[in-house]
Amino acid sequence: MKIAIPAENRNIDSNVCASFGRAPYFLIYDIETKESTFKENTAAVSTGGAGIKAAQIIVDEKVNTLLTVQLGENAAKVLKGADVRIYKAIDASIKENIESFAADKLVLLTQIHAGYHGRGNR
Amino acid sequence: MPVIMVAGTDNMKIAVLSGKGGTGKTLVAVNLAAVSRQATYIDCDVEEANGHLFFKPEWLKKEDIAVKVPQVNEDLCDGCRKCVNFCKFNALVYIKDKLQIFEEICHSCGGCLLVCPFKALKEKDKVIGVIQKGVSDNVIIYTGLLNPGEPSGVPIINKLLSKENVPENQLTIIDCPPGSACVVMESIKDADYCILVAEPTLFGVHNLNMVYQLVKLFNKPFGVLLNKCLPEDNPAEKFCRENRIRILSRIPFDNNLGTLNSNGEIVVKKEKKYQQLFSSLLDTVVKEVQYETTANP
Repeated sequence: MKIAIPAENRNIDSNVCASFGRAPYFLIYDIETKESTFKENTAAVSTGGAGIKAAQIIVDEKVNTLLTVQLGENAAKVLKGADVRIYKAIDASIKENIESFAADKLVLLTQIHAGYHGRGNR
Repeated sequence: MPVIMVAGTDNMKIAVLSGKGGTGKTLVAVNLAAVSRQATYIDCDVEEANGHLFFKPEWLKKEDIAVKVPQVNEDLCDGCRKCVNFCKFNALVYIKDKLQIFEEICHSCGGCLLVCPFKALKEKDKVIGVIQKGVSDNVIIYTGLLNPGEPSGVPIINKLLSKENVPENQLTIIDCPPGSACVVMESIKDADYCILVAEPTLFGVHNLNMVYQLVKLFNKPFGVLLNKCLPEDNPAEKFCRENRIRILSRIPFDNNLGTLNSNGEIVVKKEKKYQQLFSSLLDTVVKEVQYETTANP
């Protein structure tokens, strides 16, 4: 099973990035092999629709589970369409989030925000 | 009350704009149109059009405005993703062997159709709002209304300002949306003159500067109308002096004006002094445009 987590830096001890679509990197972590890779989020520089493109990247990486602080409605639509399970990340390091997830301590993300839709760069 | 006739305003497009909402764009645009001999008033503030509340026009015509969005024929799509990768707005994704289209993200550029090697995409109409035409005394009114949730009012403004709506030999007053974004650029691009309405605050100066930069960029003749003027120092006036910007007129901070305007009254029809103020403003602008046409034809 593969997990994705939005990351501020290429470092497992750094904090989870609060944004999904505009996160600089995604950590892709394989629970079985314990293998982790940081993938650059090329959607972060998009003029608009960053969440949609980021979701496409996650799906293309064959990720089954996303741990994220928040998520917009368009990205959620893409991820749910691809049967990705979405959990609410805690305000802590990436490593702590993986541990919490493994210990079954994270809850499913239920609040999907309406999206910023370009309002970030007006 | 009879309205003063202002002559020589034929074939002139005057845009009224400001960096923020609530500075008095609609007050100025509505009253300029009302004080003229004959005018077309075009409300380009398609997210919150309100000029018609003053004119209370008899509506003559209503037209849906549609844009093109892509539609996929799944039998022809082979999943090459050329369209997904092409779209700069990320309106397309390819998930579980299916193309998914986000219509509200699409900017109707048509690029996805062009790059598809299999002709799997075609366009369909999507209604994003309406334009309405009405008449009230000496003014023809056009109003655009964008449906909530739509990304851009530009297609509606484009239609509002098309040749069929803007008569050749008549005064046209364009009531712009607030700010300096694409919708404002679309509204002023064919204007002969821009009136920038400014409030006497530091915030007002910041917003005035935004539209000042915009009209300079578009190389438009322009002047500033200072609204809500108080006896104290006016930061917007100071800004105009420092940047050698022409001040066209000053509207005082006046409770009576505010009350009339809030009640949806056209002030030039109610108060002689405002009838004179707006007639003289229109005169000033007309002369400016005529000078511009002579000096920079």
